[in-house]
Parts: sequence; C-alpha cells; structure tokens
Amino acid sequence: MLDKTTKQRLIVIGNGMAGIRTVETLLERAPDLYQITVFGSEPYGNYNRILLSPVLAGEKSVDDIILNTQQWYDDNNITLRKGETVAMIDRRTCEVVTDKGERYPYDRLLIATGSNPIVLPIPGADLPGVVGFRDIHDVERMVEASTRFRRAVVIGGGLLGLEAANGLAKRGMQVTVVHLLDSLMERQLDPVAGGMLRKSLEERGMMFKMPAQTQTILGDTHVTGVRFGDGTEVDADLVVMAVGIRPNIELAKKAGLYCERGIVVSDTMQTYDGRIYAVGECVQHRRQTYGLVAPLFDQAKVCANHLAMKGFATYDGSVVSTKLKVTGIDLFSAGDFAPGPDREEVVLQDAHRGVYKRIILSDKKIVGAVLYGDTVDGPWYFQHMRDGTDVSHMRERLVFGAANLGDGGHSGQNSVAAMSDETEICGCNGVCKGQIVEAITAKKLFTIDDVRAHTKASSSCGSCTGLVEQVLAFTLGGDYSAAPNVKPVCSCTDHSHDDVRRVIVEQKLKTIPDVMRFMDWKTPNGCHSCRPAMNYYLLATWPGEYQDDQQSRFINERVHANIQKDGTYSVVPRMWGGVTTPDELRAIADVADKFKIPTVKVTGGQRIDLLGVKKEDLPAVWADLNDAGLVSGHAYAKGLRTVKTCVGSEWCRFGTQDSTGLGIKIEKFMWGSWTPAKVKLGVSGCPRNCAEATCKDVGVICVDSGYEIHFAGAAGLHIKGTEFLTKVATDDEALEVIVALTQLYREQGRYLERMYKWCDRVGLEQIRKQVVDDLANRKALFERFSYSQQFSQHDPWAARARRGVDRNEFVPMAELELA
Amino acid sequence: MTSWIQIGPLNDIPRLGSRVVRTPQGNIALFRTEDDAVFALDDRCPHRNGPLSQGIVHNGRVTCPLHNFVIDLASGRAIAPDEGCTRSYPTKVEGDLVWFAIDHAAVAAE
Repeated sequence: MLDKTTKQRLIVIGNGMAGIRTVETLLERAPDLYQITVFGSEPYGNYNRILLSPVLAGEKSVDDIILNTQQWYDDNNITLRKGETVAMIDRRTCEVVTDKGERYPYDRLLIATGSNPIVLPIPGADLPGVVGFRDIHDVERMVEASTRFRRAVVIGGGLLGLEAANGLAKRGMQVTVVHLLDSLMERQLDPVAGGMLRKSLEERGMMFKMPAQTQTILGDTHVTGVRFGDGTEVDADLVVMAVGIRPNIELAKKAGLYCERGIVVSDTMQTYDGRIYAVGECVQHRRQTYGLVAPLFDQAKVCANHLAMKGFATYDGSVVSTKLKVTGIDLFSAGDFAPGPDREEVVLQDAHRGVYKRIILSDKKIVGAVLYGDTVDGPWYFQHMRDGTDVSHMRERLVFGAANLGDGGHSGQNSVAAMSDETEICGCNGVCKGQIVEAITAKKLFTIDDVRAHTKASSSCGSCTGLVEQVLAFTLGGDYSAAPNVKPVCSCTDHSHDDVRRVIVEQKLKTIPDVMRFMDWKTPNGCHSCRPAMNYYLLATWPGEYQDDQQSRFINERVHANIQKDGTYSVVPRMWGGVTTPDELRAIADVADKFKIPTVKVTGGQRIDLLGVKKEDLPAVWADLNDAGLVSGHAYAKGLRTVKTCVGSEWCRFGTQDSTGLGIKIEKFMWGSWTPAKVKLGVSGCPRNCAEATCKDVGVICVDSGYEIHFAGAAGLHIKGTEFLTKVATDDEALEVIVALTQLYREQGRYLERMYKWCDRVGLEQIRKQVVDDLANRKALFERFSYSQQFSQHDPWAARARRGVDRNEFVPMAELELA
Repeated sequence: MTSWIQIGPLNDIPRLGSRVVRTPQGNIALFRTEDDAVFALDDRCPHRNGPLSQGIVHNGRVTCPLHNFVIDLASGRAIAPDEGCTRSYPTKVEGDLVWFAIDHAAVAAE
C-alpha cells in the first residue's frame, strides 16, 4: 500500500450524491491511489436528495435517507469537512481556500457543487415564510411551518413543485399550486396528460392557479399572501418556490474555468483545467445539463474510471426518464415529445379508465413516450428508445405495450401504485411489493441490479423486470438510476456485448485471457456471466481455430446433459425430425432398465427425456444409446435443439409437402452448431400448422407452391408469433435461407439473446435485406455456417463414451472411507 | 482429531475447475484456482444443496449451477447479499500432491 505522504491528494468540493458516488466508485477501482478530502457545506453526511419528498410527506425520516454516515468516511480514511465552505480555488498553486482562509493543496480536484434553487426576483421574495425546496434545511422549515399554519402556496407546477405540494397537503395544509403556463409539468408531459394529472390532483383537494404570473409576495414581517399579474390574490402563510434549479458554478467561474450554463466538461468529465474534474448538476456536457440522478451516476462512473487512471470509459450523455412520486398517481415520461414534421404519434386515450399513452416515433424509432395511469411499459419503451430499435414491425401493437406483444405471466397487473404490499411481483421467487419497497429503503438501493441482488425479484425469468423497475422508480421518487445506456456484459467490465465481439474480430483475439487483458477486465478470471459469453464469441468468430474452454462452459454444456435440482442429470437423444424406430425405443427402454432411470418423459420437442441419471453413469448410458445409433440431442445447448415436424404429404391427407423429410434434412445439416441462445425449429406440412412452427425461432409452413419461412417466434416466457421472412419454391432454397439466417444470428446475436430479441433489436428489414434480398450475402453466410459445421458435427457422447474425452469429469478423484 | 489425507496429483483437477472426493457423508468438492491454490468444501450449496463442484470457478469463488449463488472458496460463505455457509476443509499442496484435512470429531458429531 502507498504511504499516506506519497499518495496523491484528491479534494472533492460538494458532499452530495454525484461527488460521493464518484468517490465510492473510485475506491472500488483504486482504493489506495488518493488521500481524499471532502468539503460539504451542509452539516450532514451524504444523503439521498431524491427522497426529500417522502421526508416532507412524512413517509420517511431524515435518518432514513442518509446514504453515508460519518463512520463510512472514517472507515475509508476520507476526511469530511462538514459545514466548511470552499471560497476559492487557487489554480496557480493548486490549492483550495476555505471561507476561514485555510488553504488545502490538491493534485486533482473534483467539483460537485450541484445546483441552487432559482429564486424569483420579485418583491417579498426574502420575507420570512418563503422557502425553496432543495435540502434538508428547507424540508425542516416546511415541516415546521405545517405545524403552525394552514395555507400554503407552491410556485412552480413542475416535478419538484408538485412533490412539494403533495407533501404539504399530506401534512394537512391547504395547498395552491401556481404555475406560469397552462399545463402542468410541461417539460415532461403533453397537455392531455398534464390535464389528467391536474384533474386527479384536484380530486385530492389540491388547488391550482394557472396560467398565472406571480408578481409580488405580500406581507410585512411574514408572508401573508401572493399577488398575481392579473391583480388577484391568494392568502398564504407559507410560500414554496420550486420554479427550477440553476447549476452552482460560482466557484468554478471565479477560478477562471470555462462555464456556460454549467461548468463545461469533456467526455472524461474534465474541465478546461485537466487537473480539475466536475460531475453532477453543476456540469454542462455537450450543451446539456442534468437534474436527475441517473445521468449523475453515469457521469460519476466515467469520472471515477479516469481518476483511477483506467481511462477507457467516456460519457456520451444520457437519455432520461421521469416518474412523479405522488402516491396513487402513475405517470411516466421519457425523451422528446414536441411535435415536428418528421414526427409521428401513436396515441391511446381512455378517459374512463384514466389511461393515456402517447408514443412519439421518428424514423421508425421511439423518440419519446408519455404514459399516464398505466405505466408498466414505461421501462420497456425506454429501453427501445435508448437502444434505437426499429419498431416498425410492431407498430400496430406498440401502444398496447410489451404484454400485448406476447409478454406472458403478468397480464392484468399494470399499476404498481395501486398494488397492496402483499401483491406478488416476482412469481419465480415469491417476492411481494412490500418486500421490495422495504429492501429499497432499508438497504438504500438505487438500481434494478441492486434490487435483484438483495431480493431476488426479477432475477430468474426476468418477466417482471418492468414491474420491479416501477416499484423502484415509485419508491425512490422523482427519478432513479435506470440501467445505463449501454449495458455492460456483467460487473466484471464496462464493455458491452457488442464491444467485446467487435474487439475480438478487430484485434484478432483468440483466447479468453487475451480478451480480458486487452479490454482491461476488472476481475482476474471474469465470472459465470462473462466467461461463457466470451467463449461463445470466440468459438463463433474463429471456427476450427479457437480451443473451446470447458471451464467457461455452463455445466450442462460441459457434460452434455442437463443438471437437475438433485444434482443428477437428464439425457435426451436426438430423434431426427421427431421420427424414431422400434429399435431405438427398445434401446432407450433397455438403458432405462439397466441404469434404473426413474423417469422417462416425452418432451415438447418430439423426443424422449431420461431423467435422474447419476453423473458417473453418463458415459455408460451414452455408450449403450450410441450402440443403437442414438446421438446427443443437444437438449442442454445454446445451439440447435430440435426440428419439430408433422407427418406431411407422406401420410396426411392435407399435407402439401414432405415436411418430415425437410425437417430431417435441416436437422442433419444444422445439428451441433453453437448459437447465442437455444434455437428451436418447426416444419408444418400445411397452413393447419400441426408442428406449431409459427411460435418457433424458425418455422416453415409448407404450401402447395413452396415453403413459407417464418422466424423470431417465442412460446416460453414470452408468447410471440413468428415474423414472415420470405417464400421459396424448393426445399434446397428453404435450407439455404434458414442456414443463412441462423448464421447471421450467430454473428450478431448477443450471448443468451434469443432470436426474437435479436430481431427486435436489429429490425426485420435489416435481416431480410441480408438473407433474402442480397443473394451473394446469403451464399456467403451459408458458406460460413457450413465451414464451421465441419468442426462441430462430432457426437460429444461418443467422444466421452468411447474415446475417454474428459474422463476425469465423470469419476471422483478419490473415494474415502472416513472412520 | 485432525488428520491429513493425500488425495492425488494437482493436475487431476483442472485449473479453474473442480473434482469431487466421495465420502460416506457425501461428496467433498476440491477446487483449483488459476494460481494453483486448492480449496475443499462440502459439495452442497447452502441455498438449495446444489453441487458446487459443477459450478464455474472464478476469482477464488464458485457459482452454484442451480441458482447462481456465489460461494467464497476459502471460507465457504455466500457472497453478500446472499447468506449462508457451507463447510470448508483445510488443504495443502506439497510438490505435485493435494492433501486435505478432516476433523473426525466434527464430522462424527453431525
């Protein structure tokens, strides 16, 4: 460890969420690099400013919202100078000077001074009884006023103003909200949603005066009322100014740092003086300033990386979404919803149910969304917005949300605000709303990943992620930290799946350690999430060259069987196109008898599953099955699983083509291939579709004149019919298209991303262009798939049963008689 | 009473992998890290008894194959926020050979 005297000195001005988040991340990355001093002008540790509204509403106490206590600063050897104000930065000598004239030298400086509430320059603004809404002190003054007075006026009908008004109303005050414009929260809501919000707040007893310009605050020794531009007056004992915030840049400006509306910073969060960084609300980045938490956290991460001298991350700006935290009101807004010539809108309005949804599209992509009353799909729209997904193929159903695009399992539950604490949110792990809320508040969680780790909610199948995000947003209030714009592979790295894949190709990286070294992995060995992903990318990129890393395979793919809850395995032999023979069935029956296999079950993919096989019996079971000509069915693989078929023209009186034959042909060609996630196919001999081909990853519907090829269906967590890709005349063409499509998916799909999600992300048209329209490209894709097949079409069971591959895997290292 | 038992050559355990030792009281999993340290744990995840020996080994930890609990190899403890602990045994590598120690009294007491 570096000695204290040789450590660099980092001074942080501002003890708020952005500054401290940066310090926390820095400590994770480089715990011993800096000797850290934090100046905070408030007499508290770091607290969660976005929870001030619940404190005001009496739902939480100040202690509840403290994030870092004095103990934390002590434990991490951070000097906290509470209640001390930095008056000046001396850039020449690299020192900060406090208001008491004390000087502290720095090697690096971080400015996180946040913002100040805007005070309207009107007569009476300085009267006792006029407060802002920014810090604990303001909240204390409001709470105190609510015990003595009855009438309050809140100036400002934005997010902050409405939350203040709600809090005061909950404390029994009669509240009038004054707003300059004729629509509430005009930066987040359109006039329709603003009107609905106003109506429901009025039903709760809130009063509105809008549009109205506040001219004078009345009173001699204390506030008595407010007078407006039109000459009318409202009586008041308390006036809250919540008209907005302004970046606090005084200190930076005085130090000669370049400022516009905020302190101007680069993509690495540095000011024009390279030793001085700035994060948070005081910052202006690419012409934007931010007042929500999610962007601050993104900035903090980049800044910490740079301070830790791991300078690969850059901040590219944030797309933000907003939730209003007023109990019982569900409201979501994200992006840009101003009308424009290139803008199109999809609107759903149901006044009786109190539901309003408006999705704004531009160039086939979602650019904004306003939801009122039913916000369960907010995070879903937001995700598509940030990903820039081409949504044209789901446009007609878009406004009904993910559920109507086939999200199973949670229909009917779409309003978190109205749910009781006992409502089960996560069906897989049995987690109720109340438990999630409790964990968020008690353990101070900010992100969906935090909530997953602590409660397990949405950590299994993930179909309730939207609901959990809603609970999170609702509990945290005005805003929360949504998943970052570009999702990293896992916590071992900041790089995304696409980055990893690109770098593997560009840099010709051929082993997992090479990838981790080149991309500056944060952990020495990666983890159970990133190693299988890298293994897949390397395998798909360098067929025949890359040596498959067994220790980076999930157990099922390592031992070529499916692990069960009791540690035994299940064995599924391949049945080509779902066709079997009496000899095969006899062999399966004999194996089941010989090895006392407890359960024999028919699967949904037209095969037979032998369940409860002991691991050490696997090679012998496989040997017997091999003798009857049965090979691995890869029922465990992120790869080709089954091709389900109907009997087709060979037997069926309606069959138009030999669907069984085509299914077998496809399966014989494609078996053994590894893909980002599992791939299931179906071939139906006529549009009656007995093989259920239209909910498979790839499905073929035979018709009299040829073969319709469909893809991107799903029938698990999500139910989704396939998309029509193209129609071809011959079975050879059908095979070529399907193989080319699968190869494109192999090259573009992110690890564990099913084909329908890949299609959602890159867009149906893009895919059609590459595998249908561009014939040369189709051939090239087909060739690449065929090339890689020569290395993967070896029965893994035979290798283990006959040739002793991985022998150690299946036998104990030793047997001990412990006396 | 604690006694050291010789198990076998280090190279019989793959790097970042695991092997089991079968005992009448159940399997014990031996893990080998990237830098050739060896750890021994009961082959039972504290969560739902998943066989830890079948998990992916990384950074001195193993991820249970059933529900992704992550267990610290040295202590047998689940990584926070998960909770629980599985029994660990002392190990040593001498030359090329792996040994582990078992406390007979503690095992018999169960």
